[in-house]
Amino acid sequence: MNAELIIFLVLALCVAVLSVMTVTTKSIIRAATYLLFVLFGTAGFYFLMGYTFLGSVQVMVYAGGIIVLYVFSILLTSGAKDDKLSTLTKGKIAASLLSSLVGLGVVLFILLTHQFKTAAGVTDTPSESLITIDTIGQFMLSTDKAGYLLPFEAVSVLLLACIIGGLVIARKR
Amino acid sequence: MFDFSIVSQWIHGLLTSVMPEWGALLIECVLVALVIITLYAVFAIVLIYMERKVCAFFQCRIGPNRVGKWGSLQVFADVFKMLTKEIISMRNSDLLLHNLAPFLVIVASMLTFSCLPWNKGALILDFNVGVFFLLAASSIGVVGILLAGWSSNNKYALIGAMRSGAQIISYELSIGMTMLTMIALTGTMQISELVQQQADYGWNLFRGHVPAVIAFLIYLVAGNAECNRGPFDLPESESELTAGYHTEYSGMHFGFYYLAEYLNLFIVAGIATTIFLGGWAPIYFPGLDGFNVVMGYIPGAVWFIGKTFFVVFLLMWMRWTFPRLRIDQILSLEWKYLLPISMVNLVLMALVVAFGIHF
Repeated sequence: MNAELIIFLVLALCVAVLSVMTVTTKSIIRAATYLLFVLFGTAGFYFLMGYTFLGSVQVMVYAGGIIVLYVFSILLTSGAKDDKLSTLTKGKIAASLLSSLVGLGVVLFILLTHQFKTAAGVTDTPSESLITIDTIGQFMLSTDKAGYLLPFEAVSVLLLACIIGGLVIARKR
Repeated sequence: MFDFSIVSQWIHGLLTSVMPEWGALLIECVLVALVIITLYAVFAIVLIYMERKVCAFFQCRIGPNRVGKWGSLQVFADVFKMLTKEIISMRNSDLLLHNLAPFLVIVASMLTFSCLPWNKGALILDFNVGVFFLLAASSIGVVGILLAGWSSNNKYALIGAMRSGAQIISYELSIGMTMLTMIALTGTMQISELVQQQADYGWNLFRGHVPAVIAFLIYLVAGNAECNRGPFDLPESESELTAGYHTEYSGMHFGFYYLAEYLNLFIVAGIATTIFLGGWAPIYFPGLDGFNVVMGYIPGAVWFIGKTFFVVFLLMWMRWTFPRLRIDQILSLEWKYLLPISMVNLVLMALVVAFGIHF
């Protein structure tokens, strides 16, 4: 039982409990807040593994971006009457149980049968010097086999489409 | 220049000689946390006193002068007053979120605070992606402000929170752009390396000449807006919104917002110092050897804190000189002027770096 394992267990417990609270809470803004802490926990995992870049991206994109967007849209759209989420019925409970079991089955099947490849040069505990921001940048814009230029550009086209769509919806007629 | 890592390594060696590794790490973590909180409180007290005096100076008043010599104990009196106040809990509001929100704001502020380089070797969080982590940590605070506005169940608080959220998200873009500009110059994101480079080759403000000066000016404006301070203080503009998003907070919960506001001012100034003004690096003039030796004897922490307070003074000057803007003026200033200028500036810096026309 070393320190790393203890921190991992604490983080895992927090993430698990808060995820359940996210989907069971009645108030939509509380759900967003619990989700924020789940995402912090995920960032904590990345920091624990030494992936500081991924951890920072997690905090920046999800905590600083997505959750703020959620809270903003909740504040802009919700009124007094839809403060509480819809009530549970037996059919809904059965359907959600079934779908979560199927999801669990799929994830377990893939986790147990997939042969995970270790990337070249990655040891058990990746040190920070191994994956510098420089390396990440090179990979992000390289056209080699492991390069990410095509997905990177595809995402930017997607974002451009979103911006144009937003402008079309918001323009004055 | 004195390297603080000698001291921290000595402490680490001393602790590991009497106890196992994890025990030493635990004690060091607690010590570092205590140091952060103490520094946080001390700087808040200094900054609040400074703000009152500087504000009085700009408005041709005297400022606090009754409690203690030159009013120096005024802040302590204010803190004790705040500690004795009742924390009022309201009906018809989400109390959990209401009580959580100030902590989100202050945690974001403390995380950013612990990224500052105090001296050579005296850095608490020094990642490879340092500057990026700093931006990420500072973006947590917005959630706290939005939640505070919503959970107060009060229209002034809600409007203040929406304004503040829109403003902070917008000005974060400019801050990110100016940081990118400077990273293009230095080629590193690690804060210790960033400062070490400036100690070796000169401050970034001079190394990057024209684009660096433009970036510095944009950073000062955007940084002031990030802290919700005047002339961008309309999230809490007292004449129209009573107190903005912290209208309904009382006692120490209000105190947390107050603390975070002043420390964010210090952090913005500290980051400006780190990125543009050389952090703990002393001032050197090539050729003036005697002068340089004398400057080298002044400890790095003094340099860092001195430069930071100089930038704090600049920001306070800005706050007490300009009148408050309207929300549409604030947003158009960012989206129509600052952001395009900083984008062009980034290209300019890329050209400067590509052709090697920097010092």
